[in-house]
Amino acid sequence: MISRVYVAQKGKVSGTEIITSYLIEHELPGDSLFKIARSLTNPIIEIFSINAIPKVKSFNYVIEIGLKPGVTDNVGHTAKETILDLLHLEDSPNLNVYSSKLFLISSSMKIDRVKKIASSLYNPLIETSNITSIKGFPKNRNLFLDVPEVVLRKSTPVMGVPLSVPDEELTRIGKEGIMDIDTRTRRGPLALDLESMKTIQEYFIKLERDPSDIELESLAQTWSEHCKHTIFANPIDDIKDGLYKTYIKGATNLIRREKGNDDFCVSVFSDNAGGIIFDDEFLITHKVETHNSPSALDPYGGAMTGIVGVNRDTIGFGLGAKPVANTYGFCFGEPKDEKKFFADKNLTQPTMLPKRIMDGAIKGINVGGNCSGIPTLSGFLKFDNRYRAKPLVFAGTVGLIPRKINDRLSHEKEALAGDYVVVVGGRVGADGIHGATFSSVAMDSNSPATAVQIGDPITQKKFSDAIIKEARAMNLYNSITDNGAGGLSCSVAEMAKECNGAKVFLEKVPLKYPGLRPWEIWISESQERMTLAIPKKKWEVFKALMERRGVEATMIGEFTDSGRCVVSYENRIIMDLELEFLHNGLPKKNLTTTPSIHKYSNPKLPIGSARTKILEDLFSNNNVSGFSFISEQYDHEVQASSVLKPLSGRGRINTDAQVFKPVLSSPQGVILSSGLTPSYSDINTYHMAACSLDTAVRNAICAGGKLTHLAILDNFCWCSSYDKKRLAELVDAVRACYDYAVGYGTPFISGKDSMFNDFQGYNEKGKPIKISIPPTLLISTIGVIKNIYKIVSPEFKNSGDIIYLLGETHEELGASVYYKFLAAKEKSSRIGSTVPKVDLKKNLKTYLALEHAIEQELLASSLSVTSGGLGIALAKASVGGMVGCDISIKDLPGRIKSLDAKLFSESQGRILVSVAPENTKKFEKIMRGTSCARLGMVSKNGKMIIIDTKKVVDTDVKKLYTIYHSFSESMK
Amino acid sequence: MKNKKPKIIIMSGYGLNCEEETKFAFERAGGVADIVHINDLVASPGLLNDYQIMAFPGGFSYGDDTGSGKAYANKFKNHLAKELEEFLTRDTLTIGICNGFQIITNLGILPGALTYNSGGKYLDRWVDLKVEGNSPWLKGVKQLSIPIAHGEGRYVISPKEYKSMKKKGQVAFTYAKGDICKFQNLGANPNGSQHDIAGVNAYNGRVLGLMPHPERATFAHQSPLWQIRKNQNKKEGKLEEGGVGIIIFRNAINYFNK
Repeated sequence: MISRVYVAQKGKVSGTEIITSYLIEHELPGDSLFKIARSLTNPIIEIFSINAIPKVKSFNYVIEIGLKPGVTDNVGHTAKETILDLLHLEDSPNLNVYSSKLFLISSSMKIDRVKKIASSLYNPLIETSNITSIKGFPKNRNLFLDVPEVVLRKSTPVMGVPLSVPDEELTRIGKEGIMDIDTRTRRGPLALDLESMKTIQEYFIKLERDPSDIELESLAQTWSEHCKHTIFANPIDDIKDGLYKTYIKGATNLIRREKGNDDFCVSVFSDNAGGIIFDDEFLITHKVETHNSPSALDPYGGAMTGIVGVNRDTIGFGLGAKPVANTYGFCFGEPKDEKKFFADKNLTQPTMLPKRIMDGAIKGINVGGNCSGIPTLSGFLKFDNRYRAKPLVFAGTVGLIPRKINDRLSHEKEALAGDYVVVVGGRVGADGIHGATFSSVAMDSNSPATAVQIGDPITQKKFSDAIIKEARAMNLYNSITDNGAGGLSCSVAEMAKECNGAKVFLEKVPLKYPGLRPWEIWISESQERMTLAIPKKKWEVFKALMERRGVEATMIGEFTDSGRCVVSYENRIIMDLELEFLHNGLPKKNLTTTPSIHKYSNPKLPIGSARTKILEDLFSNNNVSGFSFISEQYDHEVQASSVLKPLSGRGRINTDAQVFKPVLSSPQGVILSSGLTPSYSDINTYHMAACSLDTAVRNAICAGGKLTHLAILDNFCWCSSYDKKRLAELVDAVRACYDYAVGYGTPFISGKDSMFNDFQGYNEKGKPIKISIPPTLLISTIGVIKNIYKIVSPEFKNSGDIIYLLGETHEELGASVYYKFLAAKEKSSRIGSTVPKVDLKKNLKTYLALEHAIEQELLASSLSVTSGGLGIALAKASVGGMVGCDISIKDLPGRIKSLDAKLFSESQGRILVSVAPENTKKFEKIMRGTSCARLGMVSKNGKMIIIDTKKVVDTDVKKLYTIYHSFSESMK
Repeated sequence: MKNKKPKIIIMSGYGLNCEEETKFAFERAGGVADIVHINDLVASPGLLNDYQIMAFPGGFSYGDDTGSGKAYANKFKNHLAKELEEFLTRDTLTIGICNGFQIITNLGILPGALTYNSGGKYLDRWVDLKVEGNSPWLKGVKQLSIPIAHGEGRYVISPKEYKSMKKKGQVAFTYAKGDICKFQNLGANPNGSQHDIAGVNAYNGRVLGLMPHPERATFAHQSPLWQIRKNQNKKEGKLEEGGVGIIIFRNAINYFNK
């Protein structure tokens, strides 16, 4: 039987009435439905009705937004659990609950307008929309009763794929996928090039057989750019060992050697996250991921699965670390941009507008982080039109783990031959198939919709708690990893390396619905799953524990030492590959590059010396102003660890570094910061990378971080990565990473790359168009602070405090916020060419002196000078404290002449600090030998006055406050 | 009871997530706290007899999926109704914080209900509270500045019930302008709660529910005012103060150590 329970809010007077519908498929006696409806309703604020829309309001149309068959339905899932518990029933396949939302439209508008409203309410990739007009409404006021169940057509479970075919066919298989025997369509990209396909061909010729579909799919997953990072691994020009080994790992190895006994790295590049020492008892871990391609298609689901996915990287670090902080980063197109683009030539698949992408992605991180009880602490927001079709969504997680668990080093793990292969968490569906291979190619109309999915943070929270807080201490498993890209095919094959083999019985894997083929089960990226190696004799205890915690755990195979990864399905072996070939068979490719130079002339500068209006305009730029609307909707205080928050001071300015205390009983803290300066890529990627790294490090030092205990992470987001010019830019950026990481002694501990952030589609006129992001590098830092009570916040505090600028200012306005602002105004591409360069030696000296001053508690405030330069930094520090300042910029140190550069140059290595008068002597003594200029004083009257040879800025902090928050207010 | 530390049971499971910091706060205040998964309590309901204090901590039980606190309360009622009644009959204390507050209103042991913030979004900020009611939890407290973090914190109650509640001193806290609101220029009521209600009590004040999180305000450094106070304190040679939230937990412990 199928019934509907409707739950509506009581007494809602204004706005659209929204009703929750539970479509229940069941075999229950009639009176239980009333009991169910009652339990789904809070009688004080809600009313329910059964099989008829509640009479809360008259209406002309009902728009129903539901989920497509197979899409994770968290509300339906919880309702089902409630029903089972209420009626004391065992889990039953005959009971299913599907949730949807009904929007009642009371106006008598035309159907076209209703359709338009409906289309703004749902994403056709994952949701369905149905409009019912009151005229066509059934008498009983009940909506239709079709359940959105998944029905898969019967199909051939396993097929062979003959590879003795011409190269053209090999290429097509690699590019478009295996030709399905039942549907006669291609199954979607393997993202294997001809060379890789030929290597596979040869391998199977030697074996004298054809590969099965699952073998080919499995190789495609393991060899994907997403998993193997071929661009960073392959030789490039004369760099024989490739970029990663030479420069990223190379830097870390060198730094660790130089640090000797002070080396704080414990587990780097080898696990799901990087791990460093926190204190004698604990390690902290960090990992930052990107989820760009899924976020372009479904920003909400994409960002949510991004954050809960990187949470799993933490749970999968060593024997399992507890997530203690989330980080995020967004690069979006301008929210006002309404230009339309299409994925297909017929203009039927429009891309989402930047504002909608932005809203969805922000909400995704919100739900993923808030629901999981992990503080979302640290983040940034950047805008550039080139992110309009392919946004960047960064998601990171910091973990905490005891250094030793049951006398065992917690970062070491090893599956042993004979251990069971066990999966824990969610079930497998068709969702997320070809995620790894999809993100390894540029986005176009063939991008698979099944690559999109919604997260279920509570299922994950349940197993996270059961594993990290219970099973780990009980010593119930030997190894653990998460299921991310490539699903089981990657997690099992990865763990199989530890003992040299695995066999899996695929029919044992629990499924969301019947009918999935073995290859789909093997590579599905369904969320919320971990894979564990569990000794046979501990399996019963583990299983019982998981059952008590409401977590599904299933034994699906056994680890072996056969040197092979063997998969069977219903007693038939369908995959049998040597681990050596699976992991190392991918042919090496020599990459080559072609250098290019970008030169632009300068924009026309304003005449005269009045810069008040310009500074105010610049301060309202959304790459400079505040984003409290995001910080406030993310719970950053759960776990009670908050020290330096995302928003600081009276004026609630966004901080560039955040500090938290992961161990409540210890005064030690963790500091997080980031640096990202894609704008400079327009001119030079070496300096872009240098500035990103310098900014990230500086942001941390400013607040109280220490270079001796600071590690960094890299996230390269590139475009058109087979273009030799883009590759040359990549090599430049990676070289800068090496130079400055080694220079500051800050080792890379983890990294990730996303190399194809291009959109290929059509504009409104059907003209082919390609939108590539600017080469982007995110550097994140993580450091340890011995005494959190010494940290310093960025805003000015007390009138009378003396203001200093540390570091030198040069004529470095190329690609700055200011020049881009001027260029946009004159509608030119004149963005200048003198991009900021990082002076390592001088900065190092300044940073060490600053560390010393903070240690001595001499600073009242400390703010890193970043986008928008000194003028913006002064405005920000003033707004933060809601105080004014009297400033002279007449004698700024550095190679500088022009007024505009003094105010807006983005020279690196600069910090704006304020010092109480009684501390200035001590402070100046510590800063001796560095560039430290006294600029003026924090003032009482709320005026911000800047004088060069004459007064150039004269404004008021209350006005600046309104400007700073105006973008954020408009987004609320 | 003398010389014996009061025992606290802190509920967990299905997405509750503030149990560890709540335990930390109770233990710092002088109690002994156990985190107990609801399924373990369902399996051995007699466990409840060992405790003097029961805490429903904050979190996102069942992801707020069918309405905040509803599914967890349903499960609790379904299996532990009798034990809950017995517990409340004894001279015990109960607290529900944030999601825990939503759970215990759904359990029906506190009046009123909580629904979506009037601003429509999840909100994390600090608030100032004025203590209105009479409760062992609130002894000696007049006002308090602590944080909120919720999407469904708007307190709703019928005029009739409000009248009776007010008479009985069951309004525990209201949102009111204080240090934080003045400092960051914020409105007092963050979510549109009726009558500015932030917390309520019942059973002669022994049961307390509140949306704000006292366990997140037990150290000086957690307050948005800390950086500026730190500066002033240093100037005046004053010692750093601890967080104010700890008082709530201390009051509960002292109730049994009297």
